Amino acid sequence: MITKRIIPCLDVDKGRVVKGIHFIDIKDAGDPVELAAFYDREGADEIVFLDITASHEKRGTVVDLASKTAKKVFIPYTIGGGISKIEHIREILKKGADKISINTAAVEDPSLISRAAGIFGSQCIVIAIDAKRRDKNFWEVYINGGRTPTGMDVFEWAKKIEELGAGEILLTSMDRDGTKDGYDIELTGGVTSMVNIPVIASGGAGKLEHLKDVIKYAGADAVLVASIFHYRQNTIRDAKEYLKSEGINVRL
Amino acid sequence: MYIAIINYNMGNISSVENAFKKVGADIKVTGNAKEINNAAALVLPGVGAYRDAYKNLEELGIIETLKDNMRKKIFLGICLGMQLLFEYSLENGINTGLGILKGSVEKIPSVVKVPHMGWNQLNILKKESKIFYGIEEGKNFYFVHSYHVIPQKKCIISSTADYGMEIVAGIEYENIYGFQFHPEKSSMSGLKVLENFWNMIKEGRS
Repeated sequence: MITKRIIPCLDVDKGRVVKGIHFIDIKDAGDPVELAAFYDREGADEIVFLDITASHEKRGTVVDLASKTAKKVFIPYTIGGGISKIEHIREILKKGADKISINTAAVEDPSLISRAAGIFGSQCIVIAIDAKRRDKNFWEVYINGGRTPTGMDVFEWAKKIEELGAGEILLTSMDRDGTKDGYDIELTGGVTSMVNIPVIASGGAGKLEHLKDVIKYAGADAVLVASIFHYRQNTIRDAKEYLKSEGINVRL
Repeated sequence: MYIAIINYNMGNISSVENAFKKVGADIKVTGNAKEINNAAALVLPGVGAYRDAYKNLEELGIIETLKDNMRKKIFLGICLGMQLLFEYSLENGINTGLGILKGSVEKIPSVVKVPHMGWNQLNILKKESKIFYGIEEGKNFYFVHSYHVIPQKKCIISSTADYGMEIVAGIEYENIYGFQFHPEKSSMSGLKVLENFWNMIKEGRS
């Protein structure tokens, strides 16, 4: 059977990994490609790069990252951050990225999802949702890196994303992101029960138990993990062995 | 001596190219008939729509060249490249394929999540096959596809994957090999399979 996926996430600014990452066994721990290759060797199922470069050079740095990663990483990888044009998507995929992730541009122009899926196939179009809880049953969609509320309901948006042909949803809980209190089970469970495409849970992972909880109780197909792995609290192998012991099918 | 990786404008060829380079294979990425004829082996990768793929091969004028070469050289089709070996696909109507193998390409029924995307264990049927040398039973490979092949002769199936239904993961018929999964994206196990392919070519020459 298909396995649940563990996906390390790397934030990249002007071609360098941001947030201090402590590795003793890598030559250049600031190099996103070296880190991604390390995670491939360690058993990561995929890699997500989020490019947060805020400048006009951005387009070039993202394409460059896609190209360099392709030479050293032999698992699927996704690149996201400020992607808004079909031609840009084409360039990134052509260099070897497997998927691109879109957030703000998809909200501003939902037809981008159907156009991109029509040209490149649903499987390479990931839509990222930043969600913030506003009420008991209302999570609001935010854009522009979590700065701009849209008034949109996350569950309705998720449904629409699927209808437009996206292949996957990367769902981040803004309330949990950075807290280490665990993924938002209610939010994630709400989205997985709403759509029939894979959902990657993100935001809040502080220990391995959290990975199990969101997979078991919210039906997440994959988990995005940052600090647990970056700070070597646990290795990917630790995470997989733990999940396996909990009866979850993983690639070991 | 090189592997010709057929370049026909159907997606992510650079990943296949990089993976073969990683295992030390000599390759040439080409859509040129002469270079295909001079190759020791052929790889047909491919991601995208069936009809476009066949049309692109036609436009390059290499359909007959490919068929000719497949009769005498080791051939590997990956994903769409394997599907093209069959007679036809039902993706957006009935579309003709190369027809080297009997059978069809059909949509994965929507009782399961489509596309079949992610890592799945390989159930190897042709355990003695050189292509699977060193690959333990149950190793995971990366799949991403919405259509799957239905060979007329079950004996050409080299491996399967369980996705709530049986998916043909690989085929092998004489010198022709095909994978539905992406060895170039399947980490160490995938690279091992590609290395095996390269070794088979080298042995064939010695």
